[in-house]
Amino acid sequence: MTPSSEPILAVRDLTIRFGGIVALDSVGFDVADGQIVALIGPNGAGKTTLFNCLSRLYTPDRGDVLFAGRSILGLGPHRIAELGVGRTFQNLALFPTLTVLQNVMIGLHSKTRSDFLSNALRLPWVGREERAIRAEAMELLDFLDLETVAGHPAAGLPFGTLKRVELGRALAGHPRLLLVDEPAGGLNHEEVATLGKLIKTIRDSRRVTILLVEHHMGLVMPISDKVVVLDFGRKIAEGTPAEVQRNPDVIRAYLGIDEGMTR
Amino acid sequence: MPSRALRLGLVVVLAGAMVLPFVVTNFRLFQCAQVFIYAIALLGLNILIGYNGQFSLGHSAFYALGAYTTAIMIDQWSVPYGWTIPVAGLLCLIAGFLFGIPALRLEGLYLALATFALALAVPQILKYFEHWTGGSQGIVLSKPAAPKGVPLNPDQWLYFLTLFVLLVLLVLARNLLAGRTGRAIVAIRDNPIAAQAMGVNTALYKSLTFGVSAAYTGIAGALSALVIAFVAPDAFDVFLSITFLSGIVIGGLASISGAIFGALFIQFVPNWAQDISKAAPWAIYGVFLIGFMYVMPRGIAGAVRLGAARWWRRRAEPS
Ligand SMILES: Nc1ncnc2c1ncn2[C@@H]1O[C@H](COP(=O)(O)OP(=O)(O)OP(=O)(O)O)[C@@H](O)[C@H]1O
Ligand SMILES: [Mg+2]
Repeated sequence: MTPSSEPILAVRDLTIRFGGIVALDSVGFDVADGQIVALIGPNGAGKTTLFNCLSRLYTPDRGDVLFAGRSILGLGPHRIAELGVGRTFQNLALFPTLTVLQNVMIGLHSKTRSDFLSNALRLPWVGREERAIRAEAMELLDFLDLETVAGHPAAGLPFGTLKRVELGRALAGHPRLLLVDEPAGGLNHEEVATLGKLIKTIRDSRRVTILLVEHHMGLVMPISDKVVVLDFGRKIAEGTPAEVQRNPDVIRAYLGIDEGMTR
Repeated sequence: MPSRALRLGLVVVLAGAMVLPFVVTNFRLFQCAQVFIYAIALLGLNILIGYNGQFSLGHSAFYALGAYTTAIMIDQWSVPYGWTIPVAGLLCLIAGFLFGIPALRLEGLYLALATFALALAVPQILKYFEHWTGGSQGIVLSKPAAPKGVPLNPDQWLYFLTLFVLLVLLVLARNLLAGRTGRAIVAIRDNPIAAQAMGVNTALYKSLTFGVSAAYTGIAGALSALVIAFVAPDAFDVFLSITFLSGIVIGGLASISGAIFGALFIQFVPNWAQDISKAAPWAIYGVFLIGFMYVMPRGIAGAVRLGAARWWRRRAEPS
């Protein structure tokens, strides 16, 4: 896939500290439209922190984040979804008392517009909007093989299932860029292979650019167009999967960690 | 079909409510109107606490604001009482929204304390503006009569008026909570950070929810001024807030029907307690409170739902 002229996401010199630790240290890279870019690195490298900066949960001390050429640092966290940036959370952030269907329906919040008054009065167009929200959420549940749990509260379902619900909720907002934090958590070998295919399908058939954080190299390497490697908050490598796997700094960073870089 | 059974049950209850005013005493009708009014207040508080996860010990203040709005408008300017009800609602909507903004910075127990302070302050503020509020003496109103040509006595008329307002507000609340806005309100309670990531403007939604909640409680207060035909500051102390709070917990948090069950409880159980023991009614009330929570941890609404589901399953099973 050839990168188009303007990157959909540009991270520039991003730096954030928590007390003594520098969680991100002048990190910069581009994500081209239509790519799958993997963000890897050992535990505590700063991957989730970077996601939190992109979704405006954290405000960086220095640097900038440009989405489609525009800085997003002036926007509140609730404005990010409507721009077209969706995300999933590493440790799940679902709405536990709501059903799986309702969770995905909330994903459409940024794309719909009924408000307190029109909802309370149930104006005719609100009924149409509500039906459209439901239909689209059902379609996503279908796509993700979740129809059988549609009416089940999110609390109490297996971790792997809930990860898919989060994916559905994020996709419901029609993101142009999807941030996925460790989607393979809680999956077995076979399921990881299916997940890899699913991520590619999402990119290809739904035209979503994907920034993927994942430890499972068997998932990352075959599907990524580009890999960015963080270690202790610094970017230590960036390139194609093959380039990154040969990079001595990367091999050193991963030494002593069970998971091998090659598979 | 359970939903058909539910609809049938609703029709029966409504039909009963229509006939009731012609078969029971005026005092009973007064009590029923009181239940409808409490149900409106509890609905408002439940939208805030049960659905949105914001705490309030200050709803007696909004109830008072609604009651005094009606009382002062009638007493000072002879405004027709019907107009005072929406005005009270609107005023409380604005007051609740404005109070909700600084409340955004407070969570859980801190919000409980801030609203507690509001509840403590209001009776004294009412006494201070004596010229308008009549001080500790309060304001005496006359019970509104039925419109010309409607063959109802004042108690019957107020029964229907409060029932009508309750039904309208029930439908509005159900619509609100069933749609996009309701999902956002509950999402904020369940996981505020994820709600934000989905594009929910949590600050705006929380303040607006506070406003709506206060508006419901204010309308209830306005109706109570009409039904009791009297307002006085000490009726609106923090104890009333705590009564509301126990009403929504006993009735069922995050449940619309829970507001009605809770209203029945806070209206009638203190009376029963009084009947059982003149000496220690609150001790008896306390026993009831604990007993209900123990037997029905999800409130009366939760227990009813569970019982209905069980009954339905047993009927559905081939014997
Ligand atoms: N809110 C915070 N307050 C203090 N420290 C934080 C905060 N968020 C992240 N950190 C620290 O920043 C560093 C990077 O954490 P981060 O969660 O981004 O790592 P990660 O790359 O996602 O790791 P993992 O693979 O284990 O998920 C860690 O040292 C972490 O303790
Ligand atoms: Mg992480």
